[in-house]
Amino acid sequence: MTSDNIIEMEHVFTRFGRNVVHEDITLSVARGEILGLVGGSGSGKTTLVREMIGLDQPSAGRVRLFGEPLDKIEAETLATLRNRCGVLFQGGALFSAFTVFENVAFPLQEYRAIEPTLIRDLVYMKLAQVGLGPEVAAYLPAELSGGMVKRAALARALALEPELLFLDEPTSGLDPVAAQTFVHHLQDLHKELQFTAVVITHDLDLMRDLCTSLAILADRRIVARGAPTEMALNPHPFVQAMFLGERGQRVFGAMAS
Amino acid sequence: MATAGHVEPAGYHTRRDERGRTVVVLTGQWTLRGIDGNADALASALREHARDNDKVVWDCREVRGLDNVGALVLWRLQGFAQGHAIEVRPEHAALCERWARREPPPEGGRSPGVRPLAVLSSLGQGLRSHALEFTTLIGCVVVDGGRLLRRPDQIPWKDISASIYEAGVRALGITALVGALVGIVMSYLSSLELRNFGAPSYIVNVLGLSIMRELGPLLAAILVAGRSGSAMAAELGVMRLTEELDALSAMGISRIVRLVLPNIVALAVALPLLVVWTDAIALFGGMVAAHITLGIDIPEFVHAIPSAVPVVDFVLGIVKGAVFGVVIALIACHFGLRIKPNTRSLGVETTNAVVTGISAVIFVDAVFAIGFRGIGLP
Ligand SMILES: Nc1ncnc2c1ncn2[C@@H]1O[C@H](COP(=O)(O)OP(=O)(O)OP(=O)(O)O)[C@@H](O)[C@H]1O
Ligand SMILES: [Mg+2]
Repeated sequence: MTSDNIIEMEHVFTRFGRNVVHEDITLSVARGEILGLVGGSGSGKTTLVREMIGLDQPSAGRVRLFGEPLDKIEAETLATLRNRCGVLFQGGALFSAFTVFENVAFPLQEYRAIEPTLIRDLVYMKLAQVGLGPEVAAYLPAELSGGMVKRAALARALALEPELLFLDEPTSGLDPVAAQTFVHHLQDLHKELQFTAVVITHDLDLMRDLCTSLAILADRRIVARGAPTEMALNPHPFVQAMFLGERGQRVFGAMAS
Repeated sequence: MATAGHVEPAGYHTRRDERGRTVVVLTGQWTLRGIDGNADALASALREHARDNDKVVWDCREVRGLDNVGALVLWRLQGFAQGHAIEVRPEHAALCERWARREPPPEGGRSPGVRPLAVLSSLGQGLRSHALEFTTLIGCVVVDGGRLLRRPDQIPWKDISASIYEAGVRALGITALVGALVGIVMSYLSSLELRNFGAPSYIVNVLGLSIMRELGPLLAAILVAGRSGSAMAAELGVMRLTEELDALSAMGISRIVRLVLPNIVALAVALPLLVVWTDAIALFGGMVAAHITLGIDIPEFVHAIPSAVPVVDFVLGIVKGAVFGVVIALIACHFGLRIKPNTRSLGVETTNAVVTGISAVIFVDAVFAIGFRGIGLP
């Protein structure tokens, strides 16, 4: 049923000048799915996600978000749709003039349906959820470490309890323990809230533990789509190298046997 | 399960159980969208029940979605968290557990209001740090400039020429426009007065002297302070934001040599040339206006200029241009390097660079006017 797909992309092409990034991509994400978007560096994963949220327009093809076609949508509808999405950008994209507290509180304040007295508690809870202590709240983004930026940005992405999460490399820059905690935390949240997520990642552990399915972007197309365990059966060379390579074997080998 | 677009508002109803206790049954979506601004109303209604904690059972099993907002509303009720008689769905257990265990957030530090003495002392400190940093910048520029003179192969010619193009060539249009307009206005105003005195040919003296000695240099400098001063400060600020300054330092490349000096040299070269250009255009504008209002022929006007305006005044204008250029570039770089890696600081310091640059130009101009009052004036 189409209405149960949160995101639908049909025959999407993307070109930057003469650089063709996507060629005829058709991809849909079902409600409750955690889709891992995997591909080499520069294969166009970030661009694809930007097109899903409507930040960029594809050169050709159609994108539907929550069933609404993004190419002919009213600005107001798009804004309410985006309220239901949380985005973690690759570089964090924290507001540099705001403290961490203000960054996380900002979407809550803008949403306007939350009593101001609740916001403080919510912000500190979000920070605790991503593993940041209350002392970090007063820091400016420039005073944070790379991993802390990532966590603060995640706290902001989670602020409005989104139904749809876009995470661009959420665990890069985190130490392994933090990455593990992060995965557990998202798993818990997913059980509680049943959100849908698109996760761009190079982290094989995260693909195995968190993602319910994977889409692999190579040669400008989606070359594989399915459960993480099925990937090793795919004949495409990039998929083979990724999942049957040394590291892939280490992470996924134990599962197959 | 929360369904997109279709929200069931949060609510509750009560009943009595067989042991005579009140059972509060929470229903609907206790989520951000389910509560939707009713948090206070729901909380005050529930607070009544939460008070007699011993005789109340909280039944959360019919809740069709619980998120942090919903959990927070519930856990802020006095007595809810301590109540042992809470029944929740297994998938909500972790969230409830987290809120039950949470530590209250720290008290926000109140800002201590405005104290006049503190304001004064911070003002003094600000001035001191500006003075210190500005002096340090000048010192670094002199030292690095001196070193470059001994090692001319290291002079960043490319940066200098790019900077000259950016600050000089691209400012030709706007300086010409403003210069021409001011020349025309000056000419019209003076011609009225001069005609009354019956000395129309003195228009050459009035225009020549005022434009070459004062207006040309000042106009060009103010325009450049606005254009290039802001650009230079913002460029340095964005480089701080994106850690490019650190990358440069890590490569062992001096930011003074590569970023500050080219700007100073470029303005010191470009601004005098712009002054000549502005002088010429302003005089041309004045000349055309004089031709129309006073009927002075253009060749006649041109021939009269050398005898009406001493060469010293023209040269003084050019020298002033060079000094203004150095001052503008130094101030822009000073404020640019003070920018902290956040967007607000970028805006504030860029504005400061322009405002201070223009004020400094006018101040230096006044110093020149006093210092050279005996020279060049007929
Ligand atoms: N605004 C843009 N203008 C021109 N080209 C762009 C633009 N954005 C992206 N590209 C190009 O599109 C391609 C894909 O970029 P994208 O950022 O989507 O890669 P990615 O898969 O996210 O890579 P990474 O894993 O390194 O983050 C690259 O070749 C890039 O040069
Ligand atoms: Mg990317």
